[in-house]
Amino acid sequence: MAVLSVDALERIDTIVQKYPVKRSALLPVLHVAQNELGWVSREAMEEVADLLELDPDQVEEVASFYTMYYTDPVGTYVLEVCKTAPCSFMGAHEIIDYISETLGIQPGETTADGMFTLFRVECLAACHRAPMMQVNHRYYQDLTPEKVDALITAAQQLQLQTAAGSGFQIRKSWSEEVKTEG
Amino acid sequence: MEPILFKHTEIPDLDRLEVYVDHHGYAAFRRAITELQPQEVTQIVSDSGLAGRGGAGFPTGRKWSFIPKSVLPTYLVVNADESEPGAFKDRELMERNPHQLLEGVAIAAFAIGCQKAFIYIRGEFLYIGEILDAAVAEAYAAGYLGQNVFGSGYNIEIVVHRGAGAYICGEESALLDSLEGYRGFPRLRPPFPAIKGLYGQPTVINNVETIANVPHIVRNGADWYRSYGTDQSPGTKVCSISGPVNRPGNYEMNMGTTFRELLEDRAGGMREGKKLKAYIPGGASAPMLPGTEANIDISLSYEGYREAGSSFGSASFIIIPDDVCILRAQLSLSEFFAHESCGKCIPCREGTPWLAKTVRRIESGQGREEDLPLLLDICDNILGRSFCALGDFSTSNIVASVKYFYDEYEEHIRSQACPYAHQARAVA
Repeated sequence: MAVLSVDALERIDTIVQKYPVKRSALLPVLHVAQNELGWVSREAMEEVADLLELDPDQVEEVASFYTMYYTDPVGTYVLEVCKTAPCSFMGAHEIIDYISETLGIQPGETTADGMFTLFRVECLAACHRAPMMQVNHRYYQDLTPEKVDALITAAQQLQLQTAAGSGFQIRKSWSEEVKTEG
Repeated sequence: MEPILFKHTEIPDLDRLEVYVDHHGYAAFRRAITELQPQEVTQIVSDSGLAGRGGAGFPTGRKWSFIPKSVLPTYLVVNADESEPGAFKDRELMERNPHQLLEGVAIAAFAIGCQKAFIYIRGEFLYIGEILDAAVAEAYAAGYLGQNVFGSGYNIEIVVHRGAGAYICGEESALLDSLEGYRGFPRLRPPFPAIKGLYGQPTVINNVETIANVPHIVRNGADWYRSYGTDQSPGTKVCSISGPVNRPGNYEMNMGTTFRELLEDRAGGMREGKKLKAYIPGGASAPMLPGTEANIDISLSYEGYREAGSSFGSASFIIIPDDVCILRAQLSLSEFFAHESCGKCIPCREGTPWLAKTVRRIESGQGREEDLPLLLDICDNILGRSFCALGDFSTSNIVASVKYFYDEYEEHIRSQACPYAHQARAVA
């Protein structure tokens, strides 16, 4: 059963052209699939396998190895808080507890309305802006309970406004954040 | 000292090709492919003394010279999988000045006869990938990359490849497996990547910061580069400093200046109310050092930290303040390695969670007298028994923290409690 859109298939075709060996495109192609579906389902793996002339189990073996691929469904917004040493010295555990209490979920769980999933993750290379997290793989840094509240509220409001949330308006990059926050 | 890599970073829109070109951009690449032979480029880089900035410090020119002349195609792979806890320098180098990296890639590729280069960035660097993709597209459109560049007959293509979250992929042979579309497992060596690397072809793998230095060296010469740094460690080093200091961030330091200058002058010293208990100089893999005056005066260089019994590594300085229990710090490091062990080699796969479990037991006040010798015994059984260095890295701070903070371990076991306000939390 085909689960990927024509648009995704076109993007995949462009990616595959870049590599001398088809299988090399597997990681970027899985990113395309996950962007489209929110996670990498078995059906998606089968379709990716078909496109790259692999066995579905070869795709699953790879998808299950890398932490960024969700092989189970996740919420619309995935909050991944770094807990590695530099962040932990700067209050990461307290931020994780705060999010956990605010959303009423433990790390690894999704809220009942399917909006938020919380994960604890290892170092994201933003140690100087600790504590930090990524939301749908975009960085939020120098976190405080107030910032967390603002993000959660923004997500909830956007969810009310649009039928299918594909990521709330977040600052695009670290540089913009640096510019606005000094 | 005038910075090399961060020299123009305050210029607005430096990430745009025309702005980069206005500041000598692509001049070194033009010179290399129109005036020099590939081996001359390698010779300049060898003479400069540039060494791998990813952590291992291997001489860059020598690495390039290992590529056989007659086996084609050859590949250049840039390791931008920056995942070492405490390291965030490559991210800033790519974000602020992407063309500096691309120009370095083009020059290095020319030196090793490569026509297709890959930049492997960690998957979480989504927006860095977007910046690099845009820069690559600009460079193609302007004729700085692609076919017959500058009418020289030389072709060069650069592909930006995003990983998907795995510390092990920063290990060069695991990175190659990952780039080929497999799980990131380290490979048996020999053969080394210079002989059989990507797709079984001769391959050079260099760190972002290493490659970013190349245009400056080719433009200004090896002697100019050696005017920076020390005899054994020429050049500058981008040092990342994190933890409770006033200005955490990246600072490009002349090699041979002291850690004190980084901590006190550049990073503004410890935050109010915090004292330096210990610090890790080269990312989570490097043994920690107590915050003594002598250790604060260590020279920022490969030899400086080697002599002090640690490692300069990627120059990622993690500051451990006096209000953090050393076991809690160690637990965080041990959990990191347990999570990131790829599972290929049994001593590392089984040993790293065992280390974390034992440290957590002691920190949470349930330590047994035999736990200290047990920790060191597990370390002995991991060390040197795995394909790659991840296993070894997982032991370095256990050994260092027990050595320098033995009293704190003993106190936890004796009183069956953590003397600090916090205790280990349940961790996934």
